[in-house]
Amino acid sequence: MTAPLLEVTDLATHFHTRAGVVKAVDGVSFSLRKGEVMGLVGESGSGKSVTGFSLLGLIDPPGRIASGSVRLGGQELVGMPGAHLRKLRGKRMAMVFQDPATTLNPVIAIGAQMRMALEAHGVTGTEQTRERSVQVLTRVGIPDAARRLEAYPHEFSGGMRQRVAIAIALLHNPELLIADEPTTALDVSIQAQILAEMKSLVAELGMALIWISHDLATVSSLADRIAVMYAGRIVEAGPTAAVLRNPRHHYTQGLLDSLPARAEPGHDLVQIPGTTPSLLSLPPGCAFAPRCPRADAACGVMPELLTEGARQHRCWHPLGLEVAA
Amino acid sequence: MLGHVIERVAQALLVMLVMSMLVFTGVYAIGNPIDVLIGPDVSQQMRLDTIRAYGLDRPLWEQYVTFLTRILQGDFGRSFVFGLPVLDLILSRLPATLELTLMAVCGAALIGVPAGIYAGYRPDGVLAKVIMAVSILGFSVPTFWIGLVLIMTFAVELQWLPAGGRGETATLLGVQWSFLTANGLSHLLLPALNLAFFKLALLTRLARAGTREVMLTDTVKFARAAGLSEWTVLRRHVLRLIAIPIVTVFGLEFASTLAFAVVTETIFSWPGIGKLIIDSIQSLDRPVMVAYLMLVAFVFITINFLVDLTYLALDPRLRKARA
Amino acid sequence: MKPASPLSRFWAEFRESKVAFVALAIVVALVGVALAAPLIAPQNPYALADLVLMDARRPPGYVGSGGFTHILGTDAQGRDLFSAILYGLRISLQMGLIAGFIAFVVGVSLGLGAAYMGGRREAFIMRIIDLQLAFPAILLALVLSALLGQGKAQLITALVAAQYAYFARTAHGAAAAERGKDYVEAALSTPLPGWKVVFRHILPNCLPPLIVVATVQVANAIALEATLSFLGVGLPVTEPSLGALIANGFQYMLSGRYWISIYPGVALIVLIVAINLVGDQIRDQVNPRLKR
Repeated sequence: MTAPLLEVTDLATHFHTRAGVVKAVDGVSFSLRKGEVMGLVGESGSGKSVTGFSLLGLIDPPGRIASGSVRLGGQELVGMPGAHLRKLRGKRMAMVFQDPATTLNPVIAIGAQMRMALEAHGVTGTEQTRERSVQVLTRVGIPDAARRLEAYPHEFSGGMRQRVAIAIALLHNPELLIADEPTTALDVSIQAQILAEMKSLVAELGMALIWISHDLATVSSLADRIAVMYAGRIVEAGPTAAVLRNPRHHYTQGLLDSLPARAEPGHDLVQIPGTTPSLLSLPPGCAFAPRCPRADAACGVMPELLTEGARQHRCWHPLGLEVAA
Repeated sequence: MLGHVIERVAQALLVMLVMSMLVFTGVYAIGNPIDVLIGPDVSQQMRLDTIRAYGLDRPLWEQYVTFLTRILQGDFGRSFVFGLPVLDLILSRLPATLELTLMAVCGAALIGVPAGIYAGYRPDGVLAKVIMAVSILGFSVPTFWIGLVLIMTFAVELQWLPAGGRGETATLLGVQWSFLTANGLSHLLLPALNLAFFKLALLTRLARAGTREVMLTDTVKFARAAGLSEWTVLRRHVLRLIAIPIVTVFGLEFASTLAFAVVTETIFSWPGIGKLIIDSIQSLDRPVMVAYLMLVAFVFITINFLVDLTYLALDPRLRKARA
Repeated sequence: MKPASPLSRFWAEFRESKVAFVALAIVVALVGVALAAPLIAPQNPYALADLVLMDARRPPGYVGSGGFTHILGTDAQGRDLFSAILYGLRISLQMGLIAGFIAFVVGVSLGLGAAYMGGRREAFIMRIIDLQLAFPAILLALVLSALLGQGKAQLITALVAAQYAYFARTAHGAAAAERGKDYVEAALSTPLPGWKVVFRHILPNCLPPLIVVATVQVANAIALEATLSFLGVGLPVTEPSLGALIANGFQYMLSGRYWISIYPGVALIVLIVAINLVGDQIRDQVNPRLKR
């Protein structure tokens, strides 16, 4: 077995706010092989986006990476000087965000924005940058790319804008792409197109992909593996099919039950009772306990992340494994 | 595009018309101009003759129409005090004010915008705090007081720079300019600094506020994620995004700089239109006051128009919407 | 644990900024000193008969014919500068506060009224106000006070004319934003008269930005009054404000008699900067976009 491309160990990212320390990410570990697609799933505020930004070293004060390790191809990124980290961003690892309307600079033509991203990693010269930009834009499905370099972001549709953003992320053929809810702001039909495009890109370029989403359905069509986050921790991880078919954690089960596709026609959608806890006042034990149907006294202590084969879960009362009492 | 320009020109003309009415009624309807024209000891007959000669016995609207027709022919009347045509008087003083104002505004922009971007980029740094403290001073301390302190320090105590006057001038395009000679430049420096202080503070604060907001946007995060250096992010992305409010204020402030030149020119005995207007206000020289106010309004409207055109260059979204 | 009221939470956050806290203390102290001027001042600077010309333009520390020490020296008329500053502070504050208050009332009424009326009348009022805002306030005040003549009432008129538009625009902006919200629609559908809805529901929600503008505008009014007096179109010399005191000393400055201008100036600057610092802190606390 080859060494993993990305190895995250006990990553913790904390925000020091006026109201107290917010542990947005608290002891997250996972690894990713070349060409592998991992879905990182959770509700808003579960720490999935902060995890993505932490990998790139893009945490602004008052936040900072408190502890842990992020290794890309064996190289430690946590504590690396900013200038070195910058040389990796966009080159070996890249990121795409949720809303393409706000990520692209509205007052700069996209050709110029692509050129900046190319020049950041030593690709210079009008001809060269132009050629590469057109090549990548064409690859992500922008028709007539050469002519559209002079266009501004508002002259593209939402879906096309996201393709442009993806093209910028792919300019240097990164080994790792982090996609933070890149289809959430788009129409459903466009979502499907972008998903299909991403699949073929991953297969063709052999890059690893972390797909961050709150939507299990989208993730399941794309990811080889799924990691479910709740309140800054991974509560369950494993191969997509296994996790979806036999979830171990009650939170994963709740997410599955609330999918519209699983609802019986004419019945209300199932909801997880309660709301996401404030990261400022987490219960001492399992953070999901207050909303969990199976919670008891044992849940007052934080469960360890247990490994069974390719799967992991963090629960005292895992589904499908209950020991007969 | 052309339609938009024509519409704006029409709007500008309308605003000028409204301004002329306000200025005319404001200056002529309040108080009695006749008391300035003639002494209190002249005969009643002479008084009536003067009133008739100046058309002051006519109804106000009729006076206004006469006034407007004359202005359209380029005749702003004669100064009560100097006895010269007002237009000639103002034009002869204009270059001194123009070079002072331009130097102040450009200097303020060249220093203020970078300082503000820095303070917005590192809001918790020591240098940022120093920049903001200085800008609060510049923002709140009245211009005349800064002028006094500058004279006290650089002219009286250190004796590095002259305290007033224009110094030697050189001729360019038939007009006398101070900035062309070393001596003139030394005379220009303190008043320009004085006049620049407020704009400097204003632009610094604007640039800081804009930068703070832009730095939190996804645009900046995405640019960083693509590996752009911080310098490139600031210079290429942030500067472009904060440019629009800065250009707006920069333009508007140019007109108010003309107004604040009144104070600076008084303190530094700078022979520009500001000094002229303060003298004419003190002697209630109405034709000069009216012409000056119309000039400021004209400058203001022209600049607004130019600012509007600059928007089109700065924001591609508007180009499409207004095409 | 009892829930803190919004006001006490605001105060707690305000106190966290040492600079703003010190600035507020200075403002309070200066207002106190100005109110108590007749009690503290060693001399009544308006009693022209008491002035001795021999004592004129003496440096700080000079013991005058009145028998007491002029700790800040004397001015060109032989006035004790310390006393003159206390009284000047009183006048400057008085002008700033009165003008600020009237401008607030006039501006807010216009702004809210325009937002409430809507349609063409709103557009017309706001166009005029925008036009005026674009025109430099100092010129307006300068020309008005020159035409109206010297005196407190005339000066206040000029200051109000130069400043009400800022309040009008702020009030209108905030009210227009509130008007579209559901709770206003709900209140308007009740039998309450429209103006009551404006005062009970819309005005309170517009107050935070208005308070910020008010703080800044009082400081501006004081600075503007000082500038006008410095230029000689403000208050008569018999009752000098800080600005007039500075102007009186200006001509002696080049000959090294710095104190006549400098000390009133320092008092003026400390007052204005302190008010602005307080306003700055309030602005930062009111702006939700900078909240973390």
